[in-house]
Amino acid sequence: MLQKNLLEVRDLRVYFYSDEKRELKAVDGVSFSVGKGETLALVGESGCGKSVTSMAILRLVDSKGKITGGEVIFDGQNLLLLPESRMREIRGKDIAMIFQEPASALNPVYTIGEQILEAIMLHQKLSPSRAKEVALEMLRLVGIPEPEKRLNEYPHELSGGMKQRAMIAMALSCRPQLLIADEPTTSLDVTIQAQILELIRELQKKLGMALILITHDLGIVADMAERVVVMYAGKVVEEGNRFEIFKNPFHPYTVGLLRSIPRLDVERKKLDTIPGVVPEPSSFPVGCRFRGRCNFETGECVQEPPRTSLSNTHAVYCHHWEKVRDSNAEVLKECRAQ
Amino acid sequence: MSSAVILKVENLKKYFPIRAGVFRKVIAWVKAVDGVSFEVLGGESLGIVGESGCGKSTLGMTILRLYEPTEGKIFFNGQEISGLPFARLRPIRKDMQMIFQDPFSSLNPRMSIGAIIEEGMAVHGMYSPRERSSKVQEILERVGLSGNYARRYPHEFSGGQRQRIGIARAIALCPRLIIADEAVSSLDVSIRSQILNLMSELKEEYNLTYLFISHDLAVVKQICDRVLVMYLGKIVEIAGKKDLFSRPLHPYTVALVSAVPVPDPDYKVDRIILKGDVPSPINPPSGCRFHPRCPVVQDICREVEPSLREIQEGRWVACHFPGSLGLKRTKEVGVEC
Repeated sequence: MLQKNLLEVRDLRVYFYSDEKRELKAVDGVSFSVGKGETLALVGESGCGKSVTSMAILRLVDSKGKITGGEVIFDGQNLLLLPESRMREIRGKDIAMIFQEPASALNPVYTIGEQILEAIMLHQKLSPSRAKEVALEMLRLVGIPEPEKRLNEYPHELSGGMKQRAMIAMALSCRPQLLIADEPTTSLDVTIQAQILELIRELQKKLGMALILITHDLGIVADMAERVVVMYAGKVVEEGNRFEIFKNPFHPYTVGLLRSIPRLDVERKKLDTIPGVVPEPSSFPVGCRFRGRCNFETGECVQEPPRTSLSNTHAVYCHHWEKVRDSNAEVLKECRAQ
Repeated sequence: MSSAVILKVENLKKYFPIRAGVFRKVIAWVKAVDGVSFEVLGGESLGIVGESGCGKSTLGMTILRLYEPTEGKIFFNGQEISGLPFARLRPIRKDMQMIFQDPFSSLNPRMSIGAIIEEGMAVHGMYSPRERSSKVQEILERVGLSGNYARRYPHEFSGGQRQRIGIARAIALCPRLIIADEAVSSLDVSIRSQILNLMSELKEEYNLTYLFISHDLAVVKQICDRVLVMYLGKIVEIAGKKDLFSRPLHPYTVALVSAVPVPDPDYKVDRIILKGDVPSPINPPSGCRFHPRCPVVQDICREVEPSLREIQEGRWVACHFPGSLGLKRTKEVGVEC
């Protein structure tokens, strides 16, 4: 990559402390980077730490959790070392975030206009009338009809799709360099989801911002992301560009996920399954955390799996990635033979 | 597969009143299900898809008479159940069970798993108490749980396990028909595939018929034989799954299919982005209800409501110009690899 990375997360650790003072390692040594204007997807099932990771980037981990280690380098500075006042300037201005539930992320007692204006006036130090112009322009940009009217409406007067558009307008009003979208379309219907994804893609092109897309939907990942980081139980298990992840996955978990989803484009008689359930943070296995659910498991797996770099972009954290590769080839051969 | 009609719905309507004022006068009606007719064959699984507010859940609840139909008839096994008094409906309900979306709110937290599964059998006077408890063990094991979970309570289980309990409760009565309303929507990917496989296996084993209500087209394609698409309280298309996903005929179905993201970076589709939101079912649009959002709308669509007609064998569509909007994609539906 020619461009310098916009964001670099290095060995990030976020631990939560339950009432019995037990340490829950929700995010445990996560590293990845995002280039300028690039789209990176963080994928995984619930509890894998993808949302906590994104909150930690903005230092918004809730009071029971603590960022216990690592670095978050944004634009050359470590966000974890900045004073809170400086952090406030960055949040919403340089790094913005949109959430899954637009209904709960918007304040119900303020109008859409007031909420957008707040961010604009705070960060851009504009006069109220100029800020209003910017807000109207943003609402138009995200395709909200009759923006003048909407500005004076409350969140409950808008549909789910419109609320998400309003939230995107708010997030982008200060032209951030990085947008973090945490399951932005999960609560929306599929035709509305298509509208919102298209909108995000268009705006990203127009404004040249980088995007971290957090999702559990591998369809959206294949559609939107250039690079993918797969997380499981608080750790990265595999990363690569989207072709590497979807065509040549080398971690048993990535392979399992891809084979277990019902798909519109291929016929699957029976879905493959990953046995068992995602472990609770209090009972993550020692060594490789996918232990107990993995078909490739051996005694070696009680050791922390090393990072194996397979290309500039592709890396896997598994003792047995070569066996996984051979087994993939076998499956493909069998399938073709039929 | 037995091919007798097990469920027949004729012109079913369910309207909900909106009341206002001191006297709670009815000021409008929400037409959640508005004139729906279809048949389900024994042993098949029929998917009902559509977006939120299209009436798919109301349809499921009305068929079970958890809602009283406003109009129309429901036949189960040839017998009309829409007008039946509850005392006579009860024995029939044994044959129609439901699996709910939310495994957290659909299990009584104060009842043990065993009691939850046994309750239905007891109500219908099936087996002796001792037989029932061994039956509970057997069913728990069949759905992939340990038999001694019977003494535990719902909060001790994960979402996927609870969904298995919900399935166990439904199959305990040996029903003919199971209505599953978004049964796997709240589950994680790796758990969802386990539950979908379990449901497919049980269908074969117990010769079940499924009415599978879901917003997720890929899931419906995995588990169903035929698919019914709803929009604003009406059926817009019914077809075998192969036809529906390879060559949808109603423009709404085309838009739906094109909007589903596919986990293959090589897959490209001309995505049909519908404008706006689903209109309110209180005052649905005139003519074809889809016309304000339809990319191939014509004058007649604004005035005349298209009826659901069979244009090929087994393919029903409610559109004046079926097939006028094509689905363009780089890859046809095929086999993997």
